[in-house]
Amino acid sequence: MAIFQSKNRKNNQILPYLFTSLTWCSGALIILIFIGLIIELCWQGRQAFSVFGFEFITSTTWNPVKQQYSAGVSLIGTLLSSCIGVMLALPLSFGCAYCLSELMPRFIARYMTATIQLLAAIPSIILGMWGFFILVPLMSKYVQPFLKQVFGNVPYVEILFSGGTFGVGILTAGLILAIMITPFITAMMQESFANTPSMLKESAYSLGATKWEVMRHVTLPWVQKGVIGGIVLGWGRALGETMAVTFVIGNAHHAGWSLFTSSNTIASLIALEFSESTAGSLKMSSLMALGAVLMMISFIVLFCSQLLLKQVLKSR
Amino acid sequence: MSQKLQKLHGNKNYLLSWRFIKNRLMTIFAFVTLGIMLCILVSILTNLIINGFSGLSFFTLFHMTAPQGLPGGLLNPILGSIIQVGLATLIAVPLGILGGVFLAECPNKKLSASIRFIADMMMSVPSILIGLFVYIILVMTMGYSAFAGACALAILALPVIARTTEEALNMVPVAIHEAGFALGAPKWKVVFLVCLPAARGGVITGILLAISRIAGETAPLLFTSLGNSDWSWNIFKPMASLPLVIYQYADSADDIWINLAWTAALLITIFVLCLNLIARIYVDRRRKKDQSL
Repeated sequence: MAIFQSKNRKNNQILPYLFTSLTWCSGALIILIFIGLIIELCWQGRQAFSVFGFEFITSTTWNPVKQQYSAGVSLIGTLLSSCIGVMLALPLSFGCAYCLSELMPRFIARYMTATIQLLAAIPSIILGMWGFFILVPLMSKYVQPFLKQVFGNVPYVEILFSGGTFGVGILTAGLILAIMITPFITAMMQESFANTPSMLKESAYSLGATKWEVMRHVTLPWVQKGVIGGIVLGWGRALGETMAVTFVIGNAHHAGWSLFTSSNTIASLIALEFSESTAGSLKMSSLMALGAVLMMISFIVLFCSQLLLKQVLKSR
Repeated sequence: MSQKLQKLHGNKNYLLSWRFIKNRLMTIFAFVTLGIMLCILVSILTNLIINGFSGLSFFTLFHMTAPQGLPGGLLNPILGSIIQVGLATLIAVPLGILGGVFLAECPNKKLSASIRFIADMMMSVPSILIGLFVYIILVMTMGYSAFAGACALAILALPVIARTTEEALNMVPVAIHEAGFALGAPKWKVVFLVCLPAARGGVITGILLAISRIAGETAPLLFTSLGNSDWSWNIFKPMASLPLVIYQYADSADDIWINLAWTAALLITIFVLCLNLIARIYVDRRRKKDQSL
């Protein structure tokens, strides 16, 4: 009771005012940071945008000697590696979520879920280091020669698997990204699976459906939007991943059809070239413009994913 | 469907029917994917322990980083990381909690919904862009500093803390809320002395998860605190940190440096995983307590 008795009048007038203004400020701070992020990146990249114009996005040259910069190669690298990551993560996370939420006994599934989520907690730089020292040798020794052997003679597909097998490259980057986002998508899927009304599932079981049929024809249609939202959100995370990708993508400014060639992503290019560019130079401005492009892409992707997930929350 | 079912009942070889086989195949597939993920986790952890444990000695922990060729340790990056993450927590926790209070208590539902939307997006914004942003607003005016690094980390932690605080506040029963008002307490007293203490479990969990997220972040520090091979207490000067040391050492060709990088990686991973486990156990305990009530 004592805490509610005001000690003096003055307190009563200032503190509510302080409370309202402080909470308003910190709420506004979140919006300000977000808007500031977009505006500042575009503003700092204005030099590059005005010099190169629209070619900044479509051209593929990155030549510090001739002072010509463009986002083409790293844009392709970003989209390609993240798409490979999502495509690999999709079956992995669906399998994990199916296993954890439907097939396993509750008490084992709880510990398994926590274990899988530990993988999400591992910092990206450590995953990158592991990829660099463990995964890259494995890729160059076994996986890439194997893929080459299998697809080497298939017309049209062979282009994807041509070139030297050095272990690094877009495919390896996609693999690391898949490992990073799988626990994340798994958690989203598990959450949405758990939201399916058990009445629906049980009526399907009572009709004699197998577990897979319940999953395929009852649960999946019910949670469609949530699952898609989770996947898109995972894609958004994969787009901007820096450290893990920098270690394994090879960092060459080179665009090709092969998944084995070294390339770079927008994030890895910024991380690498930043220390070599001076403030105020055209190169720095180009890096900021790259950041603005990345921000635009992730903004659109994250916006879509949040919209999808919001609809799920509303329908609940 | 009904025709199919009729067929099924007539079918003596139910166990060999395609439906059953498909179910089996999907079950096997699910367990295999889970196995793959577990193998990856085990591989990461064992490699960290095998490669990093040998370097984990008193010498490493209590000596500074040295130039290539000389024996060096990790003292200044460890302290640098602690200082920067601590500073970031100090900045982000009050702002995050106030932001969470705003989200939960704001009378303007449209405004709070849009802030919530933005906070959710900010959680997934590439961390390297946050680094660039802090570089533009802080480093361009006052130079590379540990303070700028801490600000970048704080921006990363802010939406996480705000959202978890909001969720924890929403879990507090309305009756408790109203009891406070009924006693004649003003809003700020109800929120800070009644609701927040009742929601402290969720808030603390959110803070722990936010710290474990920023402790291993590298990309934002590259442009803000820059790294420092020397000793530095001054938070307005460049400062070393563990992730930056890993980034620098793992790329080198020197075996000693690579071993040090593994040791640093082991240290960070132990720290992050411990924080995560503590948060999870805390959540579990509280859930049990709530159920027993």
